Amino acid sequence: MWDYVKLVALGVIALLAAIAANYARDPAYLVNAITVMLVAGGVFLWALRRVGEPKLAAPANEYFDEVVRYGVIATAFWGVVGFLVGTFIAFELAFPALNFEWAQPYMNFGRLRPLHTSAVIFAFGGNALIATSFYVVQRTSAARLWGGNAAWFVFWGYQLVIVLAATGYLLGATQSKEYAEPEWYVDWWLTIIWVVYLAVFLGTIIKRKQPHIYVANWFYLAFIVTVAMLHVFNNLSVPVSIFGSKSVQVFSGVQDAMTQWWYGHNAVGFFLTAGFLGMMYYFVPKQAERPVYSYKLSIIHLVSVGFYGMSTFEGPMMSIKAVNSLSHYTDWTIGHVHSGALGWNGMITFGALYFLVPRLWNRERLYSLSMVSWHFWLATIGIVLYASAMWVSGIMEGLMWREVDANGFLVNAFADTVAAKFPMYLVRAMGGVLYITGALIMCWNLFMTVRAQPAKAAVNANNFVPAE
Amino acid sequence: MAAKKHDAKPGEVPTTGHTWDGIQEFDNPMPRWWLWTFYGCIAFALIYSVLYPAWPLVNRATPGLLGHSTRADVAMELERFAAANADIRARLEAAELTAISADPELNQYAVNAGAAVFRTWCAQCHGSGAAGVQASGYPNLLDNDWIWGGDIENIHLTVTHGIRNATDDEARISDMPRFGADGLLEKPQIDEVVQFVRQLSGQEHDAALAEAGAVVYADNCAGCHGDAGEGNRDVGAPTLSDAIWLYGGSVEAITHTVTYARAGVMPDWNERLDEADIRAVAVYVHGLGGGE
Repeated sequence: MWDYVKLVALGVIALLAAIAANYARDPAYLVNAITVMLVAGGVFLWALRRVGEPKLAAPANEYFDEVVRYGVIATAFWGVVGFLVGTFIAFELAFPALNFEWAQPYMNFGRLRPLHTSAVIFAFGGNALIATSFYVVQRTSAARLWGGNAAWFVFWGYQLVIVLAATGYLLGATQSKEYAEPEWYVDWWLTIIWVVYLAVFLGTIIKRKQPHIYVANWFYLAFIVTVAMLHVFNNLSVPVSIFGSKSVQVFSGVQDAMTQWWYGHNAVGFFLTAGFLGMMYYFVPKQAERPVYSYKLSIIHLVSVGFYGMSTFEGPMMSIKAVNSLSHYTDWTIGHVHSGALGWNGMITFGALYFLVPRLWNRERLYSLSMVSWHFWLATIGIVLYASAMWVSGIMEGLMWREVDANGFLVNAFADTVAAKFPMYLVRAMGGVLYITGALIMCWNLFMTVRAQPAKAAVNANNFVPAE
Repeated sequence: MAAKKHDAKPGEVPTTGHTWDGIQEFDNPMPRWWLWTFYGCIAFALIYSVLYPAWPLVNRATPGLLGHSTRADVAMELERFAAANADIRARLEAAELTAISADPELNQYAVNAGAAVFRTWCAQCHGSGAAGVQASGYPNLLDNDWIWGGDIENIHLTVTHGIRNATDDEARISDMPRFGADGLLEKPQIDEVVQFVRQLSGQEHDAALAEAGAVVYADNCAGCHGDAGEGNRDVGAPTLSDAIWLYGGSVEAITHTVTYARAGVMPDWNERLDEADIRAVAVYVHGLGGGE
């Protein structure tokens, strides 16, 4: 019965997408509608061929790890895509001729930049969060993921969000809200995915065989719930046409800006901070094989993230004036974002991938530890080059903008500040090259771990031993 | 896997007793330094938000006891410089334009101020070095080829009223016909006159075409650009006999110009700048090297 409901739903979606594609008012909407049509149609055929096949009952005493394996692959893949685009646009800034005439306007800096930020934050970081949360919540709850194939729906649905958003950016669909660029129908689809994600995660916690909920799961939960709230409120918009990608925000002017950066910096706080703290609280003690330093510190940490949310609500309105008057609009901001993203989110994710791959594919050890070392140092030097170049560049341009002579006249033209930043732009781009080189070494290392390392002796499938 | 209890060594803090997938927690109190830093941050935040503008209310934020305002700071800075410069700006506005360069103090001020005005308002088109952008038809201001005149008075007039804008009745206007697009000349005639203009400017050209082009030129172009391509500043007709080109001197560029004409626009700066700033930037441009 369920099979037929699924088939009907997929068929209807494919049909509606085909109709939408017919009436599409802009290329982004057209390509997105065709993508949805092809995906729904493909899954329809796939499901049709499997109708009536006997279902294998999910082994209730095993962890649901296949979806985590897919998540690990997706994380590595989108990471490389995001780093590659980032490095390319860094060169575009240094050498504007790379905004090729033949690729107008699709490969312009303005269209590739949101592709880069979304790819690293939501595709790379998001897949890392979903995959690790599925891994961690099962282990620390001693329970299989709740909801059967819902976890697969979350994984593949999220990949569809990424593809729709990325193709939309290149074709010119954007809400012009940083980190919330995807247009209204992508926002709706993500909302559905996110609610199912919450259900899977919460369901697993509810059926846990552990008396207490591990602190990492509180962080993951805070991340999932808060991102849902931020996403919904910042994307309150009315489509201009049901057959077009353009939508209009319900807030305007200052209210829109406030909502956007309430969302924007809390996305950093809960997506890139709370969620990654959850990762840290599992993988660091597992790797170190030491108890967590302090239970109270973990809890306080969680609460501090709550304060973080409140303070970033105020932040956009009134930041520290003396610093902000210099740093605002400068490369300092970009340096700040990248030291966090490359250093904190990137490094935690790489560590988690190195931890997960041998365990998920049941390999004795990583293919090469010296490659890990190379990755670590390339990434570290890359971050140092990137961050220091942007600090210097940001402070320099901030000082140049405000420099006045004895009569009160501005000393520099805007173009002078752009010209002065060129050497720093080169250093930044080189930092990106080092960082992506390290990531490629990681991918090779992980690939060879799965490919060439001997399998570990089979372990007892039943890992569900609750704490005493 | 069976959770292995962490065996507390002598003197080590006990764990909380929970185990998740082999992870345990020590039952340490909060670190002192952390706790005090945390309290310090709370205290700072409270004091700061009382002293400075902070909490959002319905129509405005709380103003803060110190009455601090970044807007007021900027206004004060502007006022300070305005007061300091008031005398010399009055002198600049009153001075005879041609006499400014003879007054070293006034000239120095005008050049400084004009440079700042130029970087802020003019550099976007003319370049921060004033060399222009030929591909877009933004004139080079460093050479001695002037379309509307390069003495201080003419530069001042151009800056004040602009060129071909819709907002100023006194804007400079010249209107070259679209010889090709409007069918005034046939394509072969355009090719001929282009070769003649190339000849006028001493460039490589097809002599036979240029000879035919001389007739086309005399009938259609000489009225404004002069018999020998010397140009006419009264109607803003550029000189065609030198090597300086507003839109380029290649066969393609000249053909495009003759076919579609060109009509660059410059804003009337009296809408945005006061008289002292306009005079200052005129003095600055006049002093760049091409001034007459």
